[in-house]
Amino acid sequence: MLKSFPKGGIHPPENKLSAGAAIVTLPLPAQVVVPLSQHLGAPAVAEVAKGDKVVAGQQIAKPGGFVSATVHSPVSGTVTAVDALPNGSGIKTPSVTIAVEGDDWAPEIDRTPNLIPECRLTGSEVVTKIAAAGIVGMGGATFPTQVKLSPPPGKKAEILIINGVECEPYLTSDHRVMLERGAEVLVGTTLLARALGVEKTYIGIENNKPDAIENLRLVSAELSRHVAGIEIVPLKVQYPQGGEKQLIKAVTGREVPSCALPIDVGCVVQNVGTALAVYEAVQKNKPLIERVVTVTGKSIATPSNFLARIGTPVSALIEAAGGIRAEGPVKIIGGGPMMGRAMSNPDAPVTKGTSGILVVDGKDAARCTESDCIKCAACTTVCPMGLEPWLLSRLAQKQMWDEAEAGVIVDCIECGSCAYTCPARIPLLDWIRLGKTEVNKIIRARLNR
Amino acid sequence: MDNKLIIAPSPHVFAPRDTTRIMGDVLLALLPALAVSAWVFGWGVLAVTIISASSCVVFEWLIQKFLLKGPATVGNLSAVVTGVLLAFNLPPTIPLWLVMLGAFVAIAVAKMTFGGLGRNPFNPALVGRVFLLIAYPVQMTTFAPLTATLSGIDAATGATPLALAKGILKDGGSVSDVMAQLNITDLVVGFKSGSFGEVAAAALLLGGLFLLVRKVISWHVPVAVLGTMAVFSAILWFVAPASYMPPMFHLLTGGALLGALFMATDYSTSPMTHKGGIIFGVGIGLLTIIIRLWGAYPEGMSFAILIMNAAVPLIDKYVKPSRFGAAKRRAQA
Amino acid sequence: MSVLLYTILSLCILGIVLAVLLYFVAQKFRVDEDPRIDTVEGMLPGANCGACGYPGCRGMADALVIQTDISALYCPVGGATTMKAVSEFLGKAAPEREPEVAVVRCAGSCGLRADGSGPVRARRNIFDGARSCAVEAATYSGETGCSFGCLGQGDCVSVCEFDAIRMNPATGLPEVDDERCTACAKCVKACPKSVIELRRKGPKSRRVYVSCINKDKGGPARKACDAACIGCGKCVKVCAFEAISLENNLAYIDPVKCRLCRKCVAECPTGAIIEVGFPAKKEI
Repeated sequence: MLKSFPKGGIHPPENKLSAGAAIVTLPLPAQVVVPLSQHLGAPAVAEVAKGDKVVAGQQIAKPGGFVSATVHSPVSGTVTAVDALPNGSGIKTPSVTIAVEGDDWAPEIDRTPNLIPECRLTGSEVVTKIAAAGIVGMGGATFPTQVKLSPPPGKKAEILIINGVECEPYLTSDHRVMLERGAEVLVGTTLLARALGVEKTYIGIENNKPDAIENLRLVSAELSRHVAGIEIVPLKVQYPQGGEKQLIKAVTGREVPSCALPIDVGCVVQNVGTALAVYEAVQKNKPLIERVVTVTGKSIATPSNFLARIGTPVSALIEAAGGIRAEGPVKIIGGGPMMGRAMSNPDAPVTKGTSGILVVDGKDAARCTESDCIKCAACTTVCPMGLEPWLLSRLAQKQMWDEAEAGVIVDCIECGSCAYTCPARIPLLDWIRLGKTEVNKIIRARLNR
Repeated sequence: MDNKLIIAPSPHVFAPRDTTRIMGDVLLALLPALAVSAWVFGWGVLAVTIISASSCVVFEWLIQKFLLKGPATVGNLSAVVTGVLLAFNLPPTIPLWLVMLGAFVAIAVAKMTFGGLGRNPFNPALVGRVFLLIAYPVQMTTFAPLTATLSGIDAATGATPLALAKGILKDGGSVSDVMAQLNITDLVVGFKSGSFGEVAAAALLLGGLFLLVRKVISWHVPVAVLGTMAVFSAILWFVAPASYMPPMFHLLTGGALLGALFMATDYSTSPMTHKGGIIFGVGIGLLTIIIRLWGAYPEGMSFAILIMNAAVPLIDKYVKPSRFGAAKRRAQA
Repeated sequence: MSVLLYTILSLCILGIVLAVLLYFVAQKFRVDEDPRIDTVEGMLPGANCGACGYPGCRGMADALVIQTDISALYCPVGGATTMKAVSEFLGKAAPEREPEVAVVRCAGSCGLRADGSGPVRARRNIFDGARSCAVEAATYSGETGCSFGCLGQGDCVSVCEFDAIRMNPATGLPEVDDERCTACAKCVKACPKSVIELRRKGPKSRRVYVSCINKDKGGPARKACDAACIGCGKCVKVCAFEAISLENNLAYIDPVKCRLCRKCVAECPTGAIIEVGFPAKKEI
């Protein structure tokens, strides 16, 4: 009996089209756009100006607050602009534009493929290096990693969980990383464990990736001298197992209380992509300037996994994957189909949190017409948080914020299981997300008063 | 990259199951029972079913088109389901004009006045049935012999097993007197008198299993209803085996299976949570047995479901799903 | 027969007992209220729209009666007549306020122009989410190239209790009916893009205003919408009354200073400045 989370959940078709495609390094684009806000929290503050020469790996922006992240130049070249440019949603965000010239890297970066499993740094030194490398949660939430590794006073991490679940349909970037960079992921995991000072580490992987599970087990046996105490946990396939609270419940049985954080039950969750980035940052001095991005979808000629520099236009990735083979309107989604954002600006850059680009067309791209709620309660059954989506959606639509707060709308993890399963095609999550934002605002205003 | 882009908030994929497919599944699940009824009672039951279903569709379409002046949504098959369920609750010999009247009450009064699909508090088919039962008791309880039955067996006439039991026990007879007149195989297969859709116990169970497998319904309501009926009647039967019918009798007769599997599980008139569903089901089970044993009518399933329908808003208000992380928060506080 | 008698009798007795009980309960829990509140509430329009800042007309009536200085209280729905009547009844000074009306500051029609040529503001992508401006605004910058203007999903229309604002299907923009609009500001609050402004109704309902809130520089603004304010400043120069200010590439006409000379309307190169309520021009 495989472990999983007990409440709710769905099984969308997996469609892992690019699972067999090895990671390919994408050629450098002519120009990159590096947003200063690729993470949750305060935007970074630019330290370069128009005309400055930069090399790959050079710091170009410093953190703009405690919850913020450093930004590095992903390429070598000349800064051509520091201004607000539209992101994937067409909303203007401060960005640094760099014209690419050659491919010179900062001298301290070790670009050899040699594996360095030993590390003599202390935990706090590891955290400092991670912060300097600008690493954020690479599963898509983009929470600055050094903040997660520094538990608030009085709270102690006991368990580190590496998230190799990749429960989103279509996406395969984490899968390929575990297959091709397994040793680095495991060393990165030990570094994260050292930074937190935890004894027990799990890597949770859904059972639809048996090759990844086998590979990591094999590598951990080979490296057993260096990576002791890591347990690989195969999990039953069920969405949204990659959600922090669901993964913690599935792996450890601990339940993160409502309105609390994983650290409150002694757990810290990090993505496998983050573990790889941590390895590179600590052992190779390489900041987070490139990442693995899945480009996939039924409208993409050759679904692929690319190692792309941050700042590369999404359109360049789509071209590299053979382009869009569809007539008529398409939907380009940054991320997976359950939680990704549809993009209105395909020239927007790849950021630290871009795990995949999904392109669909025709019936897959359009929503169906909404009809009346038949009260089938399917949304309540599948909600992994035990909420009542049908009720919350109505309350949000009628702007009944007090009632929505009483229904604990803020517990919603926006996994989309309710809207996925609704037979009446009601855009439940559209409304709930709106209500959640509004209720959060009200709660914050109340706390400030 | 000349394709126009479509933008929508997540999620971007949807389950293939929609309202029409759910209603279609329910209709499929009712087919075996209909086939058995046709075999037991003759082709007449098909006429009743078709008239009932088509009347429901026509009434709904007329109301949506001319009274509400909104879009017609009869394509979602919900009116067909109501019509077939109503027909299943009628005796096979009912005059066809009464069927139409029942369909009108079900759709116009019980469903559309509340706003249509998903908004009606009471099960429309049952409202139609109970209206006919109270307004036309003679036609609704006459199970006259049909002309030519397909099976050639004439078991399905006269009093229903429940009416038979009630009559005999009231006149001082004992349970064994009742059982002497009944054959357990006939009860299971459907050779008994009654509303034509409720007699085929095995076929109804098959349809219910289909719905469970297709995840159209969950097990909570049917198990609660049938379990409560079984337990309650078993207790009485143990205390006084001579004057109370055994639990098996209660489960196989009347509308027990049709009600538990198809009527009580109706989406809009049952609670939104599994816990609520169990409370709802236990209530139906208790009320059904109480009405059967001590009420004026021999059968109480319809009344029990309608009474519990009225309690659903209350159940939904107070019975909430168990939230993730809620118990822990209370423990910490 | 006796059954009938007992039934009637017992019901009568029950009724009398309960009536007496109710009487004493009502006496015990009586709340003394200023009877003038009822009268004032009757004088208010009874729309319960909340435009005055109170939860309903009853709350407003309560405030009007209790507060000695009612100059800060105003019912925009009832307007000057209602406020005058109320203040005369209460013997207090009548609060005065210039009548206002909701103004939609976006002229970016997404429909074809009268001559059949392309739209003023072209839709560049298709929004497929819930039909709500709030949802669309939270999702992305919008269907057109302009990230400031009207989204056209009609949140303002659904929130209006006076049927004063309606969507024009040809342009995809809401239109305000001056006669019905009571300036309750519900649409102003509902619009996630802050397109709608409460503006002085003006003499004979005549107004001149900039029908654009695009703060982009001239180039991008023009590219997104032919009717955009491009921040060129021509209107500022032509205005003799210093009524027009230019901030963030966007002109704004101060309704207090504006004398309705309409020079700016003729001067604006994109037609972003709109005049309302004037008779058809003869001299030009």
